[in-house]
Amino acid sequence: MSNKEPLFSAKNLKLLSGPLNLNNPVTVQVLGVCSALAVTVQLKPAVVMAISVIVVTAFSNLVISLLRNTIPNRIRIIVQLVVIAALVILVDQILKAFVYDVSKQLSVFVGLIITNCILMGRLEAFAMANKPWQSFVDGIGNGLGYGAILVIVSFFRELLGSGTIWGYQIIEKTGLYDLGYSNNGMFILPPMALIIIGVIIWIQRSRKRELIEKS
Amino acid sequence: MEHLLDLFVKSVFIENMIFAYFLGMCSYLAVSKTVNTSMGLGLAVIFVLGITVPIDYLIDNYLLKPGALTWLSKDFADVDLSFLSFIIFIAVIAALVQLVEMIVEKFAPALYNSLGIFLPLIAVNCAILGGSLFMQEREYQTLGEATVFGIGSGVGWLLAIIAIAAIREKIRYSNVPAPLRGLGITFIITGLMGIAFMSFMGISL
Amino acid sequence: MNTNKNSYIFIYATVMIVIVAVMLSLASLLLKPKQDFNIDVEKKKNILSSINITAEAKEVPDLYKKHITAVYAVDANGKVMDGVDALNIKLKDELVKAPENRSYPVFEAINKEGEKLYIFPIQGKGLWGPIWGYVSFKEDLNTVYGAVFDHKGETPGLGAEIAQPDFQARFKDKTIFDETGNYTSIKITKPGTTAPTIHNVDGISGGTITSNGLGLMLKTGLENYIPFITTKKDSL
Repeated sequence: MSNKEPLFSAKNLKLLSGPLNLNNPVTVQVLGVCSALAVTVQLKPAVVMAISVIVVTAFSNLVISLLRNTIPNRIRIIVQLVVIAALVILVDQILKAFVYDVSKQLSVFVGLIITNCILMGRLEAFAMANKPWQSFVDGIGNGLGYGAILVIVSFFRELLGSGTIWGYQIIEKTGLYDLGYSNNGMFILPPMALIIIGVIIWIQRSRKRELIEKS
Repeated sequence: MEHLLDLFVKSVFIENMIFAYFLGMCSYLAVSKTVNTSMGLGLAVIFVLGITVPIDYLIDNYLLKPGALTWLSKDFADVDLSFLSFIIFIAVIAALVQLVEMIVEKFAPALYNSLGIFLPLIAVNCAILGGSLFMQEREYQTLGEATVFGIGSGVGWLLAIIAIAAIREKIRYSNVPAPLRGLGITFIITGLMGIAFMSFMGISL
Repeated sequence: MNTNKNSYIFIYATVMIVIVAVMLSLASLLLKPKQDFNIDVEKKKNILSSINITAEAKEVPDLYKKHITAVYAVDANGKVMDGVDALNIKLKDELVKAPENRSYPVFEAINKEGEKLYIFPIQGKGLWGPIWGYVSFKEDLNTVYGAVFDHKGETPGLGAEIAQPDFQARFKDKTIFDETGNYTSIKITKPGTTAPTIHNVDGISGGTITSNGLGLMLKTGLENYIPFITTKKDSL
């Protein structure tokens, strides 16, 4: 750990906030869209998934960063995979033991955190070359950036698709059903997750013009 | 036989890896700029899925499942190693991809030139691990079912990536709003294609 | 230190694998009882909700003890089998065996009013994967007292509706035998096409395949218990 700079120096804070905005792993770096969009039908499993990913990114970054000078270059990828897989198994076991109903909903998608490209991407690009504390913070930041997208998507899908937030009947309380409003079943179906992300990207890039792709 | 055909159609169209489960999106988004490269990656995915799913099936049924070790000795009936499945599956995939790469390089240089660069990418393609995990979750009964499922999922993935690549080649000539260009519009198109694929659900098998 | 020497790589890999294996086995050992407890609670919760008792996970073990009076397995001829751990029978594994080797679990229960009830588990296939449930009968072994169904991955909003309490409530007071004692099961009919009778239940519009699977599951699942039901009725 670095002794010269404070734990939350401006640089470290930037590692944390960057992925939430200008350097978001999903909408900007195009990493890790894979495993988790299928869990965004409701807010609760999405939040559990987000927390699991944050834990795994943070700790795998930390472990790899601690080991970075000892890892033989030739088996580097395997070592990274083993660390990630071990952490994911731990998370899966803990979910099964303490939040059984949510872990049932997440089914195979917890396991698929292993192949979430954010993990390998950050390990290769950051943890292999940086000190443990920075790597840990970078892991949390990227996990958060990913989690933020999951939470936004699942918020809209649950609200518009089922009329609930975290399982509470929000729309029913406001009395909209009496005015002829009905839930849009479309939002429960998988493709809407992609379209919502498309719209998030649209909004983000309209506000930060520098992110627009040159064609 | 008919049953296997059902399973094949189901895994290609209805339970499409991309449109129904979003698996393998990273390489799907990154490599789908032209039809030719997409074709290469898609073929490699079919190839690897077709090999890893049956192998992981054997490992799961004869090593990991509760009671799977009974063929060694009756004493192992209570051994449950299924908590190791993630790590074993990913190790098998990584090792196999490496092996396949070496074999192809040695014996089919032409194939290697077209597929080779994609093979390392595939080890961390979610669709591959996803295939094995779905196989375990859905508890396919025979090795044949597992193989058909693996190949079917691969074909579905190839179909999806070729379709999006063709659309992206054309869309370059369209006037897409600047902030949507590239990634944004690709997501939205994938969503629309997913909706189209949902109509396959009506097929009763 | 040269980290690219073969011996180094080999030792590194071995040490890493040992550490990881020990860590994971330890975690698995420590958490296993808790996971098994969860699975057990979920099963008991389903059984309880088939006799219309809804319970929080914490109360399940106590309520189960209070309401479930006997658990035993019966064979294909309806005879009660000795020495079988009926609660842990996996119905799915039984159904792939030859009929004469199967054992079917039966749960006897009393509800809050003190009525005696019988609960039969059933297992079938929906559109996407397995569906299963528990059906409870009154003492005449004909009238349905309650039913609960669950599924692995039916389409949300369509097939998945079979897990909703208001759908399951439709089964109450239906009967599976007609006046002459012939087995009719409970048919799942297309909503609005058939006049409601005591032997049918409206399916889910848009969830046809799941509804059909549910109907088939009820028919074949409860059929397995007919020998048991007959012997039980004879002894009444």
